[in-house]
This record gives sequence, structure tokens and C-alpha cells, in this order.
Amino acid sequence: MNMTENTLDITQIRKDFPILSRKVNGNPLIYLDNAATSQTPRQVIDTIVDYYSNYNANIHRGVHTLAQEATEAYEGGRIKIQHFFNAAKAHEIIFTSGTTHSINLVANGFTAFLKKGDDVLVSAMEHHSNIVPWQMLCERTGASLKVIPMNNEGALLMDRYRDLLSDKTKLVVCNHVSNALGTINPIQELITLAHDVGAAVLIDGAQSSPHIKVDVQQLDVDFYTASAHKLCGPTGIGMLYGKEEWLAKLPPYQGGGEMIAEVTFEKTTYADLPYKFEAGTPNICGGIAFGAALDYLKTIGLEAIEDYEHELLAYATDKLLEIEGAKIYGTSKHKTAVISFNIKGIHPYDMGTLLDKMGIAVRTGHHCAQPIMDYYKIPGTIRASFSFYNTKEEIDLFIKAVKKAKEMLQ
Amino acid sequence: MSIQEIQDEIVDEFAMFEDWMQRYEYMIELGKSLPLIEEEYKVDDNIIKGCQSKVWVHAELADDKLVFTADSDAIITKGIIAILIRAFSHQRPQDIIDADTAFIDEIGLKEHLSPTRANGLVSMIKQLKLYAVAYQTQLN
Repeated sequence: MNMTENTLDITQIRKDFPILSRKVNGNPLIYLDNAATSQTPRQVIDTIVDYYSNYNANIHRGVHTLAQEATEAYEGGRIKIQHFFNAAKAHEIIFTSGTTHSINLVANGFTAFLKKGDDVLVSAMEHHSNIVPWQMLCERTGASLKVIPMNNEGALLMDRYRDLLSDKTKLVVCNHVSNALGTINPIQELITLAHDVGAAVLIDGAQSSPHIKVDVQQLDVDFYTASAHKLCGPTGIGMLYGKEEWLAKLPPYQGGGEMIAEVTFEKTTYADLPYKFEAGTPNICGGIAFGAALDYLKTIGLEAIEDYEHELLAYATDKLLEIEGAKIYGTSKHKTAVISFNIKGIHPYDMGTLLDKMGIAVRTGHHCAQPIMDYYKIPGTIRASFSFYNTKEEIDLFIKAVKKAKEMLQ
Repeated sequence: MSIQEIQDEIVDEFAMFEDWMQRYEYMIELGKSLPLIEEEYKVDDNIIKGCQSKVWVHAELADDKLVFTADSDAIITKGIIAILIRAFSHQRPQDIIDADTAFIDEIGLKEHLSPTRANGLVSMIKQLKLYAVAYQTQLN
């Protein structure tokens, strides 16, 4: 294989992640569940400790020094997110608790815009988080939810998508990368085609943002979502990018403090963007740490991460397919470093249990994407998902462990 | 043998194993020898919820004792069920209701007891006890 050697100093990078030196069941941890959550570098942990040690305060209203420092750092986090995704304006970034919250915010807002006879298109390879809120929206409004099908490789059928699009289509929702299969969807094409019929597009970026450089302006996407905890940040914080024109139109999601301009018992006027959507005291530390996590990823470089992870994917795929009875689900040409697989005659749960005993963390089950498992008629898969801090040595140990477990189970 | 005596016996057997691998190999063996449920009872109504793997359990009364049969699509889960069935099957319902389950901890399967664990060992024990309660009511 003619592949450029990676430029990343993985040994050095691994030192940034304290958790990578721990043991699990007596073995060094091999963490291959990055699609569920990424690990946290010292730089982000330090940021969290620094916040609570030195300037913990409520933001936006306080006149005292701590409040001002906290406000500045929190809004600084928003600007870092803006730059990371190349949004035109900082107020197009809404802090949420994560992708699920972001999607619900938009789905709730669209209640005002949909009626019976309208269509919402959703892809066949969505996480439940990007299915259920739209089902609920359709129940509320009488609109129809239609599914863009996929093929056996786990790639969307774009011809069928074209057929589904019509002037009735008001909204198209799709993930950028499938959490269960790793497929990278052709979202640029998907967005352009949707806009041709006047539909808005929400792209779930939970699985893409850690691995692919995203430019929301270039994509011309209406809404894009991400979760910090998949980007080396903490849990409980995420973001919704929305085009200003859309966010201005959407009604507020939750009422409370922070989101108001003026309140009387007769009438409340809402605050400007982004605060209209940020009721209550936000996850201040989370917002700051989210920014620190993006700083960290930037120093490593998303292009370098993408190249290296691709190398890991190719290496692990080859090694895994050498095992008799191994079958990989999701074989699209365009994939992030996710391998969903089964070994013939072995239940994913059994494999996951034994791998855990050997210190290897993988995910087993339906990965919150039951429609995909139904499509392949399987109860679930074993999913190994890689990150830039994983190594080929770890993959070798993982393959060895899969072989060992297979031996025990057959 | 009483439930307690059987549990002590299981604890003694597991004490012979030196590491997790021997323990799991034994459980896999047990899984393979699990007294299988009749196909007619392998229906959705008999599935225990909260399991990543599917588990079917059927109970019936033979004289005054409760007999369990079960199956699962995952072999380690079958091994766990086999251990539970050995401890609880062919016992009087009231004894099953009163039985302690601390032996699970002693044989090194404590990790499977956590309610978040996908194999649902907790749900399994609960289900066996629920059957016992139902049949005890019948006996009364």
C-alpha cells in the first residue's frame, strides 16, 4: 500500500490522555469506543479544574470580576466553535446539552412551520436521536416522515432520494457520518438537491465533527449539530449551528432566564440570538471546556487526524477480514474509522464481554440505530471505533483478542 | 438439596478457577448444556426485558416444585442462566422467593449484577422470583 506515513507523534499525543495509561481487568486499556465518546486530554481537564478553582461564577449579569471572567471565557468558547465550523457569525452557534438537544430544539421549532401534506425526509441510517424527534414533530403537525433508503454497503440511494424530493418536502435530515456503519454521506449533494425544492436541511454532525473538517458556509447547510464529548470535550455540552435567518424565524424552545429581553405578566419579549435559545444558567464550564477541546484538536490538525485515522481503518479492516467468518457491516468507499462487524455464529454480546475481560473497550448491540440492524436482519454488531490516539499495536492486540474470544466461544 | 446447599456447591466449583478465562470457559460450557426451553415457549411473552441478548424463560409446577427451562441467543448469557437455574429450579416457590443471591458475587460475576449491565442478570433473577411469587399464590 502506498500511503504517506503519518506526521503525528502518537506516543507524545497519548501522554496527553491520562486515562490511556490505566488498566482494565489487569490489562492495559485499549479504548476502541470513540464513536460513543472520546477521551479527554489533560489540557481540557486542566481547563475544567481552572474554571472551578479560579473563576466559577454565573455569567452575563454579574458586574463582579469573576462573572466577567467567566462570561468572557464562555463567549470565547462560542467563538472557538464558530471558527472551528467556519460559521459566519458567533450568534449562529447555540449552546445545547449535545446533539440530541440540538435536534429537539429544531424539531420543536418546526412545529410552527409544518402542516398536513408536508414531507420530512430522514435517512435510513440514523441514530434514534435523529428519528424520534422528527416522528414526534410529524405526529404534532400531521406531516409525513419519509425514509431515504440505503443499499447493502450502507450507502444512501441518491436516486431514490431525488424521487422523494418534491415541493412538499420541507425538511431533510441526515447524519454526516453514520454512528453504526461509519458511512460518510454525500451531504453536499444532499443539501443542494434539498435547497432546489426549497427544503431546509439539518445535518447531524455528532460522528463527523471529530474526524472531518466541516465548513458550514461552504456546505450552505441550514442546521448542523455536534457534541463536545465526541470532540475530546466533556459530556453535557454541544452546539447547534443554524443560519441566522432560520434561527431568527424559529420560536424559542424553552422559557426562562437568559432568553428574555423584557418580562411583564402581560407579555415577554425574547432576547436576541443566540440567547433566545439558551434559557436558564447554561453549562458554563462545559462551554469553556468545549472551546479548549477544539483548541486541542486544532493543534493536532484535523487533516492529519483524518489521514492517520484512515490509515488505522485500512489496517484494522485488512486484519479483521483475515479472521474466518468475519463480516463487516458498512463497506461504503467513504468511511470514517468505524468498523461494525460480527463473527459467524458468535453473538456480539459474548464477544464484547470477553474483549472487556482482556481490557478492550468496544461497543456491542444495536448502537441506537435499530432500523439498520433490522435492515441487515441481525441483533446487533460489535463496533470498534478508532481515534487519533489509537495505534497499530493496539489494533494487533485487538485482533489477537478477537481470535482468542472466538476460540473460546466456538 | 436446598438452594443454599446448591449455591455453596457452585461457589466451591468456581473457587477452583485461577483466572477469569477458566471461569468464562466453564460458563460457556455450562451454557452449552443448559436444559433448553421447548420451542413452543420460546415466544415474545417469555422474553426477559432489559437484555442485550435475548433470554426466554418458562416456568411450570411439578408437584409442589417449580421447574425452569430457558434459552438465550448469547452463550455467556446461557451460562449465567444455567447457573441460576441450577440454583433455583426444582425448588419450592416460597424457598425461591426467600433465597439470597449473594453467591453471584462470590463466584466473581458481580460485574454482571450492575443494573446497567446489558445482559440483565438482575432482570433474570427478578423474573425467576416473580414466577415463584405467581405460583406461590396459586398454591395458596
